[in-house]
Amino acid sequence: MEPLEIAERIKERFPEEVVAVSEFRGQVSVTIRKGRVVEICRWLHDEPELRFDFLKDLCGVDYLGKKPLRFEVVYTLYSMRHRHMIRLKAEVGEDDPSIDSVVPVWIGAGWHERECYDMYGIAFNGHPDLRRILMPEDWEGHPLRKDYPEKGPEREWQGFREVLDKAEKLKEFSWKE
Amino acid sequence: MIIDTATAMVEVEEGVKVVPGANTIIATMDKVINWARYSSLWPVTFGLACCAIEMMTTGSSHYDMDRLGMIFRGSPRQADLIIVAGTVSKKMAPVVRRIYDEMPEPRYVISMGSCACTGGIFRSYSTVQGCDSFLPVDVYIPGCPPRPEALMYGFVKLQEKIRKEHFRWSRWR
Repeated sequence: MEPLEIAERIKERFPEEVVAVSEFRGQVSVTIRKGRVVEICRWLHDEPELRFDFLKDLCGVDYLGKKPLRFEVVYTLYSMRHRHMIRLKAEVGEDDPSIDSVVPVWIGAGWHERECYDMYGIAFNGHPDLRRILMPEDWEGHPLRKDYPEKGPEREWQGFREVLDKAEKLKEFSWKE
Repeated sequence: MIIDTATAMVEVEEGVKVVPGANTIIATMDKVINWARYSSLWPVTFGLACCAIEMMTTGSSHYDMDRLGMIFRGSPRQADLIIVAGTVSKKMAPVVRRIYDEMPEPRYVISMGSCACTGGIFRSYSTVQGCDSFLPVDVYIPGCPPRPEALMYGFVKLQEKIRKEHFRWSRWR
C-alpha cells in the first residue's frame, strides 16, 4: 500500500487522534496524540491489509523552543508481509513526559524505549523493565535534552570521581626513578 | 667451531663484557633485567574503539608485532603493558583502571590515539578528557587512529624508555 493511503486509513480509523500528516521524499509521517498510541499501534499491527509486524526504530526528539509540545516519540514501522512503511510521531509535553509503552505490541521496543528514557527522560508506562541503558544507573539528567550542558553537569559523576580518587591514592605505590 | 684462546675480557657493548672461552657474559643487573623486559613486552588484549582495529592489524602478520617479542595476553595478570586503544568513556573508566590495577609490576601504559590522549573530538559529558587523568601513561601516540607504523614507533619508544630504567628490580629502592 502507498504510504499516503496508509496515512488516510489511520485518519479514517482514528480521526480525533491524528494531528497532521506530512510527506518528505516519499516518506510519510503521521503525527498523533499520545493518549491512544498503543491502540493505534495494535491496530496497525493486526489489521490484515497493513500488518506492521516490524518496529524498525523507536526514538525520541527534543523540539525545545520550536514546538509547543516539547518532545516527540517517533515510531518507524515496516511490514514484512506487504513491504510498506509508515512513520508515527507521538507528541509528548514537557509537563508530563510520559507515554504508554508499545512493548505489548512489539517486544523489541523494550530496549529502544529504555534508550529513549535514558536520553530524554520520557517515561514509558507499562514498560516491563524501565532502567537506563547507556548511561550509568546513578547518572543525573538526560543527556540528549537540548538544555543539557554539553560538557556535562557541574558535579562530576560519582563513579568517575571514585576512579580519580583511587588513582590519586595509589600514586604513592607507583615506581619512581 | 671457533675456539677463542684470548684471555682478556672483550667489551662487546658499553657495560657488557664477554669472558672468552668461558661462555660467560658480565653485565650489570640493570642491563640484563631491562633487556629481558623490553624484549618481551606482553600487552593485554584490550581495545575500546576503532584504535583497537589498528592495534589488531599491528598484531597480525603484515606488521607482525611478534618480531618485537610482543604477544597479546588474554589476562592482565600475565601482561606487562596495557594499550589504551580508543575513547575512554566515564562509564568505562573504572574498568580500565581495574584492569591496570590487576597487572603485576613492572607495568606500562601506552595511550593510543587522540581520544585516549586528550579526549579527541569528544568534548562531551560522557568522555574522559585524556586517560592520563587516572592512569600513569608512559607513551602517547597521537593519530585518529594512528597507523600501525605509529603504534610500532610507540613500542620502540617504550623499549627505549625501559632500556634507561635504573634499579627497577630492587626491593630496597
